[in-house]
Amino acid sequence: MTDLSVETLINQLTEALAPLFYTDDQPIIVGIETGGYRIAQALHEKLSPDTELGKLNITFYRDDYTKIGLHPTVKPSSLPGTIDGKTIVLVDDVLYSGRTIRAAMNELFDYGRPEKILLVILVDRGGRELPIQADFIGTRLPLENNQQIKLEGTDELKLSILHTDD
Amino acid sequence: MKNNNLQLSSEGKLKHFLSIEGLNHSILSDILDTAESFTSVTERSIKKVPILRGKTVANLFFEASTRTRSTFELAAQRLSADILNLNIDTSAAVKGESLLDTLHNLEAMQIDMFVIRHQDSGSAHFFAQHVNPGVSVLNAGDGQHAHPTQAMLDMFTIRRHKHQFENLTVAIVGDIKHSRVARSQIHALNLLNTGQVRVVAPPTLLPEQAETLGVQVYHKLNKGLKDVDVVIMLRLQKERMTGALLPSEKEYFRQYGLTAERLKLAKADAIVMHPGPANRGIEIESSVMDGNQSVILQQVTYGIAVRMAVMSMIVSGAVESS
Repeated sequence: MTDLSVETLINQLTEALAPLFYTDDQPIIVGIETGGYRIAQALHEKLSPDTELGKLNITFYRDDYTKIGLHPTVKPSSLPGTIDGKTIVLVDDVLYSGRTIRAAMNELFDYGRPEKILLVILVDRGGRELPIQADFIGTRLPLENNQQIKLEGTDELKLSILHTDD
Repeated sequence: MKNNNLQLSSEGKLKHFLSIEGLNHSILSDILDTAESFTSVTERSIKKVPILRGKTVANLFFEASTRTRSTFELAAQRLSADILNLNIDTSAAVKGESLLDTLHNLEAMQIDMFVIRHQDSGSAHFFAQHVNPGVSVLNAGDGQHAHPTQAMLDMFTIRRHKHQFENLTVAIVGDIKHSRVARSQIHALNLLNTGQVRVVAPPTLLPEQAETLGVQVYHKLNKGLKDVDVVIMLRLQKERMTGALLPSEKEYFRQYGLTAERLKLAKADAIVMHPGPANRGIEIESSVMDGNQSVILQQVTYGIAVRMAVMSMIVSGAVESS
């Protein structure tokens, strides 16, 4: 099991993202439930933009919905006002197959037509199944298929790598 | 028991939605929580999610309905399903086709979900027993038996306004005997651990041994309304009334009609519900129906989100078990 400092990665991402917020028309930070939203909260706190934080629950847009069903405990999506013509900073914790991001973009477009979507990822673990890449990456960590990376913790966020042997 | 288990997959997931009986607290809570997520979908500019994209839903209505049929239709469309509306009383049934033949013909058109309303109790169960694996059946009202989505949208309305069930007193007033809505509501309220469920009706409009349903029986409206949090008025079902169960509609209103004056007996923040269609001046006074304690139109709005929740849940349950 490897521990990664989430705090350090968030600080690096904050630094990289800061210039985007030096304008009057600030981007909207949107986190994907549940892990991505936690990271988005941290970034939103550090960058403290004038725009409110948005939340996406992509359950209704998953391509494996009929296989895995719903998780009703996940809170509904909420976006602050219109996203038409805005820049969206879309945040997720782990980038793997790319399917979550595809679902998130489909959902965003049902709210409006953003000018631009930028993807921010804490950990890029490789293993893409779709042509989707992040614009800002905390760290790259190529993992095997039988490995899982999870964001944990309530106050202090931690990343841990688990081996799933079956 | 067989009929009730019919609703669940081997993993305990909902695959048909036929009656509240046979379900458990956790499934009912899941429906309410899922519906909560769908309310945000119905509030945004594009009121559609792709969950049922490519699926075909058939609305089979053997009995007239405006509200239920149209909210099922909207729910299916907002889930991106294709929908086929069939009013059977004007088509095959008139020509003598059996229920089973109608079903098989529709299955030949690759329907994924049947929403069925029928005048005979048990018809949705009958359908569910005969559909192919992977096809779901949703009961939109069968005879005097059950109307489970109506009950769930009522539960959703109560939870939205009162936030819990444990400390509530709920009175269901009117024609309990002929009401599939009341039967489903009583089961749902009890499964959700409602503090007290009352039924208020003249003896002629109560089922035999009503107490065994887990309710307190009242014959006088003034007593039944005392300190309740929720009042659910039922429609006087004139079309189901055979024989002299009531002296007259006027007399019924005098004894069991909900007036503004009587509503004062309930708690000050009590809500008034009605599954519709309401008979103004028979079971409910117009001013109460349009008053600020009435949540009757919200029930209609919530009906869409609740039906979306049930449809999305049974589709994933049916796929898994096929």
